[in-house]
Amino acid sequence: MGQIVAFTGNTAIAEAMRQINPDVCAAYPITPSTEIMQQYSSFVADGLVDTELVAVESEHSALSACIGAAAAGGRVMTATSSQGLALMWEMLYIASGTRLPIVMTVVNRALSSPLNIHGDHSDSMGARDSGWIQLYSENAQEAYDNLIQAMRIGQDMRVRLPVMVCMDGFIISHSIERMELLADSQVKNFVKEYIPHYPLLDTDHPVTYGPIDLQDYYTEHKRQQVEAMREAKGVILEVAEEFRALSGREYAFFGEYQLRDAEVAIMVLGSAGGTAQAVVDELRADGVKAGLLKLRVFRPFPWEEINQSLGHLKALAVLDRADSFGAFGGPVFHEVRAALMESSHPPKVLGHIYGLGGRDLGLEDIRRVYRELERVARGGQVNQVVDYLTVRE
Amino acid sequence: MATLKELSQRPELLAGGHRLCAGCGASIAVRQILLAASKYPLVAVNATGCLEVATSIYPYTAWRIPWMHSAFENAAATIAGIEAMYRSLKRQGKFPQDRTIKFIAFGGDGGTYDIGLQALSGALERGHSFLYVCYDNGAYMNTGIQRSSSTPFGASTTTSPAGKVIPGKLQERKDLTAIVAAHHIPYLAQATIGQWRDLVAKAEKALSVEGPSFLNVLAPCHRGWRVSEIDSAVSISRLAVETCFWPLYEVEDGRYQLNYKPKTKVPLTEWLKAQGRFEHLFHPERAELLEQAQQQVDLHWDKLLELCGEEKHP
Repeated sequence: MGQIVAFTGNTAIAEAMRQINPDVCAAYPITPSTEIMQQYSSFVADGLVDTELVAVESEHSALSACIGAAAAGGRVMTATSSQGLALMWEMLYIASGTRLPIVMTVVNRALSSPLNIHGDHSDSMGARDSGWIQLYSENAQEAYDNLIQAMRIGQDMRVRLPVMVCMDGFIISHSIERMELLADSQVKNFVKEYIPHYPLLDTDHPVTYGPIDLQDYYTEHKRQQVEAMREAKGVILEVAEEFRALSGREYAFFGEYQLRDAEVAIMVLGSAGGTAQAVVDELRADGVKAGLLKLRVFRPFPWEEINQSLGHLKALAVLDRADSFGAFGGPVFHEVRAALMESSHPPKVLGHIYGLGGRDLGLEDIRRVYRELERVARGGQVNQVVDYLTVRE
Repeated sequence: MATLKELSQRPELLAGGHRLCAGCGASIAVRQILLAASKYPLVAVNATGCLEVATSIYPYTAWRIPWMHSAFENAAATIAGIEAMYRSLKRQGKFPQDRTIKFIAFGGDGGTYDIGLQALSGALERGHSFLYVCYDNGAYMNTGIQRSSSTPFGASTTTSPAGKVIPGKLQERKDLTAIVAAHHIPYLAQATIGQWRDLVAKAEKALSVEGPSFLNVLAPCHRGWRVSEIDSAVSISRLAVETCFWPLYEVEDGRYQLNYKPKTKVPLTEWLKAQGRFEHLFHPERAELLEQAQQQVDLHWDKLLELCGEEKHP
């Protein structure tokens, strides 16, 4: 067993970064991710890492510098939240289109306006089509483990894509939890020596990055990104297996809890998973066949596996911590619902938006969702397919 | 500096056959600077713009050196990241210690004066070792001649058209070179393609310093400047210097040095009347605007002379 510590999510990420020891970090402060780079700056100042730290003047420049550094030929990491991710938006697509395996922690926070510094998924959900792999974390341990695995997933030659590791702002980033660390040498061996491909710094072999790519090739290049995302599924599982052997902790596309014989279930991402799990325990004690799916990998979206896992349910509720204004439900809801159309007898699928701007999600809120699911499972009328939880109306 | 003969024997790092217009000032600027730089291993970055799109049409490239374009406003941030990786790998012993790479970023005035100003300022302040070259043609030429903050007072562009009521661009151009000077970097200069000896010497100096350096290079665009002779770039850039619209000077460790002082200052109208974008200013009722444009040039020239410790023209 590794060293047991009491860390906040941000400290866990900073610690993982110290162990990974990237060649370049470029970052800009923003709540609630600031602490990560703050702690990392101390590691740099104290000579604990080899990293060249670039304290840039904006998040746009943070990711631009990361892109330049990654193309130059080395391991690159950064972190941000909310408006910072929004300001990076243009560069997110350039990082993935240029196939640069940058790893970024996104400490999830609501987007303005109105201004709010607390956790919801509107930032990373807005970036769901940017070509980045997205891993969501339930707690500090998962954030730490995801970050270490992200490095291996992104740099794999079958993938070569940037990876976002997401964790809920404040709820995870600022809460102290018990967690286990790997030894420095274990992390170092796990992430392996970074092998650059076509580095700009190899001036004897000049390469052109970022050319203009018109009607005759653009589609093929986008199609290659699709292939890389497909390949990423296998790589994510391979890396998880290797990580299990190292740490004893299991990872897959999602975590299943009491799902096998479940009739009703909730699907959720991030920190709400633990709360939902507690409710499932209560319901099971009362004889209710309740289950839970905690989604870890949202991109690539594991729709076939979700189908397999949830196809037998009578009713499912997908909880989204972000809305997709004007759409039919939140982003996770409509993708899951579409995926379940491939089942022979798809369950009734309800969508709930919750926890915007950091609003707490209590046990009672989740109990209410299960009660509704049970009613629908028994043949009751669906009153509203998509609804808000925890809102004053 | 290198002699013309020496320069002529150096390799062309920007291959011919690119799709820039015949007579384009930007390509001349890049060629001259790369000739000066070619003794070093180089990595270049480009902001989005004419130079970028015309030299990198996939699957072709005109660049014989490692080159990257990522977006419009971030050439300085991108080269900063590349340079940071270079420093990191060199410090860690993952890059040959005896090999010195020079880093050059190219951007037009849109990508530098306007949308890229923040990234440029940040990279200069952080002290990355790189040369930023602004090829200044005074408008967004790639998208079809829209005004930038470098567009001269009175110029007609597609977003500051000379109309019946409004006579072209009503604002003075931004003094980017002065803004860069305020960053107290080791070396910066203004130059132009028509004065090739001056430009090559400045590029050599800029690349020899540790830390950031900057060249603001006036690079005429006959399409945007509305000049029908496509071989006019050199002569019209010289006229810009003779009229003192575009003074040649450098700032080395904070010391200003004027590199060329015309014997007599040629009236600005000589430069303006050579370009269709100022044609509307020559109507009698707009004489006042011509006067205003001359006053602006006089004011800035006199200020510059003072900074350089030079006597004013009699």
